Amino acid sequence: MPATSVQAPARPAPLPGGAGPGTGDPEHSPRRRALRRRRLIALLFMLPALLLLGALVAYPILFTVGRSLFDASGTRFVGVENYAEMFRDPATLKAIRNTTIWVVVAPLLLTGLGLILAVLTEKIRWATAFKLVLFMPMAISFLAAGIIFRVVYEQDPERGVLNAVAVGVHDAFEEGASYPTARPKDSTVLAKGKDGSYTTKDKASPGNTVNLGLVGVPPKDLPKDAEPARDASAATPGGAELRGVAWVDFTLGGGGKPGQVDPKESGLPRLAVEAVDADGKVVAETTTASDGSYRFDKLAAGDYSVRLPARNFAEPYGGVEWLGPALITPAIIGAYLWIWTGFALVLIGAGLSAMPRDVIEAARIDGANEWQIFRRITVPLLAPVLVVVFVTQVINVMKVFDLVFVIAPGPVQQDANVLALQMWLVSFGGGNNQGLGSALGVLLLLLVVPAMIFNIRRFRRSQS
Amino acid sequence: MTALPTTASSKTGRPRPMAWLLRQLSRSLVQLGLVIVGLLWLTPAFGLFIGSLRPDEDNAATGWWNALTNPGSLSLDGYSALLDNSGIVDAFWNTVLISVPTTVTVVVVAALAGYAFAWLEFPGRDWIFLIVVGMLVVPIQVGLLPVAKMFGAVGLFGTIPGVVLFHVAYGLPFAVFLLRNYFAEIPREMLEAARMDGGSEWRIFLRLVLPLGRPAIASLAIFQFLWVWNDMLVSLIFADSQSQPLTVALQSEMRQFGSNIGVLAPGAFLSLIVPVAIFFAFQRHFVQGVMAGSVK
Repeated sequence: MPATSVQAPARPAPLPGGAGPGTGDPEHSPRRRALRRRRLIALLFMLPALLLLGALVAYPILFTVGRSLFDASGTRFVGVENYAEMFRDPATLKAIRNTTIWVVVAPLLLTGLGLILAVLTEKIRWATAFKLVLFMPMAISFLAAGIIFRVVYEQDPERGVLNAVAVGVHDAFEEGASYPTARPKDSTVLAKGKDGSYTTKDKASPGNTVNLGLVGVPPKDLPKDAEPARDASAATPGGAELRGVAWVDFTLGGGGKPGQVDPKESGLPRLAVEAVDADGKVVAETTTASDGSYRFDKLAAGDYSVRLPARNFAEPYGGVEWLGPALITPAIIGAYLWIWTGFALVLIGAGLSAMPRDVIEAARIDGANEWQIFRRITVPLLAPVLVVVFVTQVINVMKVFDLVFVIAPGPVQQDANVLALQMWLVSFGGGNNQGLGSALGVLLLLLVVPAMIFNIRRFRRSQS
Repeated sequence: MTALPTTASSKTGRPRPMAWLLRQLSRSLVQLGLVIVGLLWLTPAFGLFIGSLRPDEDNAATGWWNALTNPGSLSLDGYSALLDNSGIVDAFWNTVLISVPTTVTVVVVAALAGYAFAWLEFPGRDWIFLIVVGMLVVPIQVGLLPVAKMFGAVGLFGTIPGVVLFHVAYGLPFAVFLLRNYFAEIPREMLEAARMDGGSEWRIFLRLVLPLGRPAIASLAIFQFLWVWNDMLVSLIFADSQSQPLTVALQSEMRQFGSNIGVLAPGAFLSLIVPVAIFFAFQRHFVQGVMAGSVK
């Protein structure tokens, strides 16, 4: 049936003689009845929503406020004791501290990142595709995002992509390979120093060859470019040259002779080697080539010992402990940024495209550069949108729960604790202190009251 | 790129080659930078996806990127194992049984109330609506304990209807807010005309307001569905092991086996495939819904 039906339903005719209760005026009775009928209809439309909101939102707020004034079991009235306890209990204090970090850091970073990306996105042609890519994580649950980032932050550089990159970058800048398990084959040739270095016992002079045999180097520690050391070990040194090879004095499958560079034995590449004079001073240093060879040329005549400094034997760089106690909160904030940056980008982008173009064009004609335009025009005009993004994020971040719960491994959960998580831990996750749990719920509610007022004000302004 | 020099010269007449070159250079730098940012954004999810296709031994030994040079090692075994895992499959259906009724109920209840707030007059209407606006940001944490108690008393605790009811209640303030604001934009004359013609409020609601409100209802439905589909906290408390959704099942799997990527990676993908499909199918409504929901 079309909405604009012409058929008018029969209205009840006005009954003279007081049909409406309590009305002496017959003129008013039907109108009042119609009014009452309209109110009844309105009430019926609202009823399901009001019942649900009243029973499951409004009443629980009051209940929680009341419950927060009683002890853990709910039998004894303790006044504000739970609120005092909140600031004494170290775990809750930690949660308050971390939530503060979240509120201070995350919304600011997110708004800034969104602003920069939105301004840059304006300049490219595939802006929509870019926004789509950054917005996609918004569709993913915090749980899935948490699992994704558990893998990203994995400590073992062989498995965690972030640490694989960290180690790659570190090794690109830090020269030299590392052989943590290497040791001399023959301790009469190389003696161990206190700092973990190895020094030749016999002195050598320019014109000599000093070969350094090491063992205990598993094949996986040997760089791929390592070459056999035999040819280099046989080269004759020049007059002012002290040279030799550092090699693995061990033939895989057996057959090698100790102390001798056998044909299959590999050189040790990128090993640091120092020439030390009689006073114990380092006069020259070099690194071995891929066949393990090293040479000091232009050495003054004299006696030297050859030293392999301790850093050759240090444990390799293992990357950053992202999920350790120190970095866990920044790491989780990183995952949060991955999810929400697209939101800031799209919202600020919409604000940008609604901005008056002629103002910017005029500034450009007047000779303003891009930075001045950004600083003096774009940001001030965007301020309302930036505020909305920021406020939204502050509210969001106060309630963050799932991400922390999923990403922080058990042992560091306390270090990553936030208010919403602590509320769960205290009331459901084993703490079983519903008094303190309620107080934490009330604290969360109080924290969002400014946002509540902000929303109400914004709404009232939009209505007037 | 190739079209740019001609447009530049036609606009400014005689472009200074230096300035033009500089502008092109900075533009390419921006493009390059954003390509890198985009790739950076895709990497984490892509990594988990590749991980979900690798055998357990491989995942335990090396990172997912090693599979890129050896694509032959990838298989769907992880997914078929997941589908044989009755706990996970049940949890998936629980997720559906929670999300769909919640979304439908929220939309229906909020549409009714939204219409009343927008167009029906009754005393205290605006004040009640302001309270609803205030409820937008109420953290669900204040409701957890009392509602758990209430549900415990009436036997709803640990059941799917209980989870649905909680979600509906805490989804309502935003839903009512969104729909009331959208319905309020309907031109007054249209409604007056329909009332003059003697349409009852119920008929006006069904035949006029709901069809006109379709865009807002679509955005709301998508937003609400996603919110519930992705929820973990509410179900962690209100669902038991029989009624738990996928998110809760996966996280308890995670607690028990540590980062056992063999189950977690395909499981996480199973849980995110539905929202991501919705995202790509209804991009515009999705973005609008999330944006509108940002007041929450």
